[in-house]
Amino acid sequence: MAIPLEHVIGLSALLFAIGTVGALTRRNLIVILMSIELMLNGANLAFVGFARAWNSVDGHIFVLMVIVVAAAEVAVGLGIVIALFRNRESVNVEDVSLLRW
Amino acid sequence: MSAPAVFFYAFGAAAVISALAMVLNVRNTVAAAMSLVVTMISLAVVYVVLDAHLVAALQIMVYAGAIVVVFLFVVMLLNLRHDAFAQRRERLVKGAGVVLALGAAFAFLNLVPKSLPTVQQIPADFGSYAAVGRALYRDFVLPFEISSLLLLAAIVGAVVLAKRRLS
Amino acid sequence: MEALLPVLIKTLFIILVGVAAFAPVITWVERKQSAVMQDRIGANRADIAGITVLGLLHPVADVIKLLTKEDVVPTGANRALHLMAPLIASIPVIASFGVIPYGGTYHFGDTTVNLVVADLDWGVLYIFAIASIATYGTVIAGWASNNNWSLLGSLRASAQMISYEVTMGLSIVGLFMCFQTLRLTDMGVAQDSTFRVFGFLEHFGFVESLGWLSHLTLPSWGILLQPLAFVLFLTCVMAENKRPPFDLPEGESEIIAGYFLEYSGMRFGLFYMSEFIEVVVIGALMTALFLGGWTIPWLSQADIIGGVTPIFGVGVATGLCMVLHVVAFFVKVIIMIWLQMQIRWTLPRPRYDQVMDLCWKVMLPLSLANILVTGLVILLIQGAKA
Repeated sequence: MAIPLEHVIGLSALLFAIGTVGALTRRNLIVILMSIELMLNGANLAFVGFARAWNSVDGHIFVLMVIVVAAAEVAVGLGIVIALFRNRESVNVEDVSLLRW
Repeated sequence: MSAPAVFFYAFGAAAVISALAMVLNVRNTVAAAMSLVVTMISLAVVYVVLDAHLVAALQIMVYAGAIVVVFLFVVMLLNLRHDAFAQRRERLVKGAGVVLALGAAFAFLNLVPKSLPTVQQIPADFGSYAAVGRALYRDFVLPFEISSLLLLAAIVGAVVLAKRRLS
Repeated sequence: MEALLPVLIKTLFIILVGVAAFAPVITWVERKQSAVMQDRIGANRADIAGITVLGLLHPVADVIKLLTKEDVVPTGANRALHLMAPLIASIPVIASFGVIPYGGTYHFGDTTVNLVVADLDWGVLYIFAIASIATYGTVIAGWASNNNWSLLGSLRASAQMISYEVTMGLSIVGLFMCFQTLRLTDMGVAQDSTFRVFGFLEHFGFVESLGWLSHLTLPSWGILLQPLAFVLFLTCVMAENKRPPFDLPEGESEIIAGYFLEYSGMRFGLFYMSEFIEVVVIGALMTALFLGGWTIPWLSQADIIGGVTPIFGVGVATGLCMVLHVVAFFVKVIIMIWLQMQIRWTLPRPRYDQVMDLCWKVMLPLSLANILVTGLVILLIQGAKA
């Protein structure tokens, strides 16, 4: 008996929401990046759930692409964080708000 | 309740609890990263329950085993301490963001699944490395090659960004 | 639930043999083998009432000492992470035993006995996944100790371990292409046969002129089909285990003890034991992948059962075959452990940038070239057969 699709999607939506809350509320750049990873994981779970429900491995292929993009984004994002830290001695996102209104 | 369902609900709950622990943890960034690892491993177990074996293995190998290690590496390198939540005047905006995010999740949950038919019978090797490999190298070979170019661009970008200037 | 009992028995067997029996004995082997290699006697003072058993009581003495020592957590250290780190380092290593088969599949009438705890379709990927979790043990240990040398050791360890994981996976891809599977039991079955050494000359018409040489066969073991992969994988998996000569994270002469500097008592014991358990896991994995697993060279399972059945009957023949196969597996594991000890006490420790250069500039291109050449050879063989 398969897991009902609603429950899988519910879990995915919950993880995505928690990730969004983290990305919006926290001030530490690294925790914001980790919350974005959590959002990507929520999306991956949705892909896997639908792939299982519709008997199509295309969902898994897309999950592989999301993992690749996440790895690339983490590498570049953390490179930016390191460069930022060298200039400003802080990873607080409010210290890099020069272009904000 | 069958054994796979028990694993799904148990590890799904573990994923949600450790995700909350990661987001709400202000004191210790390293503990937040470890909570993210627990979330990812729980999600890998959920993927195995959903017959996505190769994706589960790659989730642990790449996500939990490499990406979060890079996070930890940067945290330890920069020797970061704690940070705090938002200041008072911004709390309203961020609170509105929280409500919006949860509302969107609730709406997605209610609107989408009821109208979709689902399949109960899947082939025995669904989600195995053989099935995914066949799809990856026959139908999706172009996205596969382009993703390797993407990774090359990311590697070069990360090296350039993190390099010390030689002046 | 009735399917759970054989799994529990097999788990108990492999943990009792692999973890509880092998690991302490290996600490003794390490001391005695290094002593023999360095022309000295080694540790032989531990005794019970004056009876020293060649120093075999030293592991017992070690365990008693570690259990009774005081657990010191440094001030300013994160207590929760300090406690978790040895567990994160040791649990994945013990969990790796779950997919390594120490025997084949035997049919006793109705029941089928499969001597592996979990016959995963993606068995080798499971081991790589678990090995990447073990990285966290060293990373967290260094950070949670609130000590500069520990932090340095764990930074070195994390970079070394994630670099060598990449090459570890790539060097085995040629083996997957040869055996067409990732399942460790199927790999063992594939290594149960033999191949003719000069069979490829058939397509050029040379077979008759060679005479008896054309019937020369070798067991189709991984090490004979993929010798370069054997060397690369052994190097990578020893670097993954932070075993000398790759033990810079614990560089004893430079950063005192590196990431487990601030650990005492049984927490240090867990780190210490997990390194030796991983030596056994590496031995078992190399055996399953490259040395034919549980198989006996030139004597396939059908040969043994077919040979013994006329004398004793099918049931006894299968049981005898099972015992022979398990013994053969553990003999090969012991050979691989001996090899790792030899390498440890022979080679000096390279510098850290030399370790990283070795991974990214030497072993990664070599493993990619191995994949290319293996693919070409397989295509040629398939093309010649058609």
